[in-house]
Amino acid sequence: MHGYANPARFLRFARPATGWFLAVGLLLLVAGAIGGLFVTPPDYLQGESVRILYVHVPAAWLGMAGWAGIAVASLMQLVWRHPLSAVAGRALAPAGATFAAICLATGSIWGRPAWGTWWEWDGRLTSMLILFFLYLGYIALAAAERERGGDGRMAALFGLVGAINLPIIHYSVLWWRTLHQGQSISVTGGSSIAPELLWPLPLTLIGFSFLFGAAVLMRMRAELARAKAEARLRRATAE
Amino acid sequence: MNAWPFVIAAYAITGLATLGLLAWAWRSMRAAERQADSLKRDR
Repeated sequence: MHGYANPARFLRFARPATGWFLAVGLLLLVAGAIGGLFVTPPDYLQGESVRILYVHVPAAWLGMAGWAGIAVASLMQLVWRHPLSAVAGRALAPAGATFAAICLATGSIWGRPAWGTWWEWDGRLTSMLILFFLYLGYIALAAAERERGGDGRMAALFGLVGAINLPIIHYSVLWWRTLHQGQSISVTGGSSIAPELLWPLPLTLIGFSFLFGAAVLMRMRAELARAKAEARLRRATAE
Repeated sequence: MNAWPFVIAAYAITGLATLGLLAWAWRSMRAAERQADSLKRDR
């Protein structure tokens, strides 16, 4: 990991990886979406609306994973001053914000037929909405710092402090038992969803993760190219 | 209640938002890399 903190080494990996991430992500996503929309049976209780699961759960996972990535990048920036960590944090934020917004939108759409309401100030929904606002705050702060020529330390601190919200989102369904269902899918097994319904979920989950990775790689490449262009312009005006 | 309109809306929003994110990231990357390359050639 420390090896890839070198921008030149990172670009040697990122240039070919971007296309692969896009291709693998799209392939898995299309397969998972076809499976989730047309192959799996409707749920005995929720009927057809259960199919929203295959886009809602990956969006929730990536919305949270994006901020976890920002927190790790922030820590690396503050402790080891890795040159790529601020770039990684800034690149993760728009992708994470997009998936947090998708999670909120699809959850609201799912809530109408399942719960009879578009929105409820439930613990899980509210903490996810706070995550989305944290993303907007991070994007604004990082952009303002970059414009003023700062080193991004304020954004890094914000990224670390904001990580407090991640366990709150995770445990919200246990702490406040209101409308959102409890944990029904576990990585370590013991899922309460039938396997006939569950199998497309890993496909969409991994597919969206690859697309998320591709978006982050492209944003990092854009930031590095912009920094290179600015340095070349500075050198040209100095000569 | 027919749930299909809700399912279609959820998939459409997800697809449009994901494609929008990827298209924006791709365009900004291409523009920045092209600018960096053109400045390299000008020197």
